[in-house]
Amino acid sequence: MNNFIIKAENLKKSFNGEFVVKGVDLQVPFGGCFGLLGPNGAGKTTTLRMILGQSPLSEGNLEVLGMDVPTHASHIRRDIGVVPQLDNLDPDFTVMENLKVYAGFFNLRGGGLQERIGELLKFVELTEKANVRINQLSGGMKRRLSIARALVNNPRLLVLDEPTTGLDPQVRHMIWGRLRELKQSGTTLLLTTHFMEEAERLCDDIVIMDHGVILSKGHPKQLIKQHVEPEVVEIHGEMDALPGILTEHDIHRVEIVGETIYYFTNAPDEIIRRVENKPDVHYLHRPANLEDVFLRLTGRELREI
Amino acid sequence: MLDWRLPRMRHGMIHVWRRNLLVWRKLLVPSLLLNFGEPFLYLLGLGLGLGRFVGELGGLPYLTFLASGLIASSSMNTATFEGLFSVYTRMVPQQTYEGMLATPLEVDDIVAGEMLWCATKGLFSSSAILLVSFLLGAISHWQALLCIPLSFLTGLCFAGPAIMVASFSRSYDFFNYYVTLVLTPMFIFCGVFYPVTTLPDFAQSLVQLLPLSHAIAVIRPLATGQEPTQVIAHLSVLLAFALVSFYWATVLVRRRLVQ
Ligand SMILES: Nc1ncnc2c1ncn2[C@@H]1O[C@H](COP(=O)(O)OP(=O)(O)OP(=O)(O)O)[C@@H](O)[C@H]1O
Ligand SMILES: [Mg+2]
Repeated sequence: MNNFIIKAENLKKSFNGEFVVKGVDLQVPFGGCFGLLGPNGAGKTTTLRMILGQSPLSEGNLEVLGMDVPTHASHIRRDIGVVPQLDNLDPDFTVMENLKVYAGFFNLRGGGLQERIGELLKFVELTEKANVRINQLSGGMKRRLSIARALVNNPRLLVLDEPTTGLDPQVRHMIWGRLRELKQSGTTLLLTTHFMEEAERLCDDIVIMDHGVILSKGHPKQLIKQHVEPEVVEIHGEMDALPGILTEHDIHRVEIVGETIYYFTNAPDEIIRRVENKPDVHYLHRPANLEDVFLRLTGRELREI
Repeated sequence: MLDWRLPRMRHGMIHVWRRNLLVWRKLLVPSLLLNFGEPFLYLLGLGLGLGRFVGELGGLPYLTFLASGLIASSSMNTATFEGLFSVYTRMVPQQTYEGMLATPLEVDDIVAGEMLWCATKGLFSSSAILLVSFLLGAISHWQALLCIPLSFLTGLCFAGPAIMVASFSRSYDFFNYYVTLVLTPMFIFCGVFYPVTTLPDFAQSLVQLLPLSHAIAVIRPLATGQEPTQVIAHLSVLLAFALVSFYWATVLVRRRLVQ
């Protein structure tokens, strides 16, 4: 039919007359990991909810797994797993029961199920917790269980809304490892995040959105090349000591945030020579990353959400 | 804005019902304690205690009169509290429905499943009273078993309005209005404790608008070995309440969950 697992055209969503998604086009290929990046309130969750058929579109066309949404949403969801932004595990059940009952919602029961649940618990390293109640799990364990739950139906598409927000580095790395395994086994991943490191590590394609519109899309490396110079020198220090460092030529390659200057360049030696001997100034020389692109595109001001 | 389509009845509602049954089974001991303990207290305390002064009412020993009324009212109370507090808990703080809506289940399955579940719990509590009444010798006719399906219908009839209230509530406190202004008056005025015919005329016609009166009008004679009158009319009222409130509950819960 076509080679995209999700095809969205001009997706729009308004709440009480105000548009929060304002014409989003998405083409998510089968296989691989697709990242939806954006600051708080960008419209990521709202976009996902439309894709899952949980939220009616205000305008636009949407096809998932070759079928129209919302017309066939219930049917399509048989082949989708969802890890929600806020865990909604069932507190009335144990870890194991959560998986069993959830599988029941997909009409899965009987022989193979017990085995599948055992595998899933092993996959997210919760085998020992099988008979523990949800309120006795840590945040990281809950998120891992949410991932296991999203996999009970062996989904072709796994949708993850900020899967690692609020987790410690150990759990984050463990989850990244598991997601990479899933990707290799052919599951398509669609994830939202505002962790640029996560997107760089996992995603093959990303879309950066803000205020309900897409600002840029492409492969992470390609986006870095397209939007910022390859190297960054971060300069920290007393503001009084800084003016001597920069000349007028530098204006277009510099961003100043608080006490820090971000200097984007192809040839860092020149600026480093200027700062390295100043007593009150510290600097950090690093390659440009996706976060620089993200901040360049979405601005540095704080979000009031 | 509102989705006025008729509720769709799909197999999914059984999954929702079954999830609740599994939770209930886990909490079996406290549930049964409530189901059996309360009627024991009512029947012993009020039925025997008050019965000594009252003697007979409507040709029945007071204990029997009260027991047959409680069979109906306990399904009402149980279904209502499940439809208010438990449905709200699953809808808002626990986000259970949000989790369900990420599966093939749809809002209509959730509402239908919850209606069935509330009525099932009503049936459980009515059956417990029936059993206790039997053990106390208050009820002894075999046809009293027909009260069991009727208590299910009674439960449906009150589940719908309760879910409607839960669907536009912003907190648990809001339920106090419904309980105080709707549920408790029905419990007191619809003939559980004394015959409706003792009320002033205008009050009698008011009470006839309330579903609990109709539930009692069928359940009491069945439970006590008499022949109920105007069965079709009473059942029609109950069925109408159940169906109309089911429709409205579906429309309102859609509005709450599908945004
Ligand atoms: N049900 C709703 N009613 C009204 N406004 C809503 C509703 N859901 C979302 N919004 C608004 O839509 C905008 C986008 O919200 P959304 O949750 O999609 O953002 P997000 O990108 O997921 O943000 P975050 O990173 O904080 O999760 C926000 O301004 C939010 O207030
Ligand atoms: Mg979000």
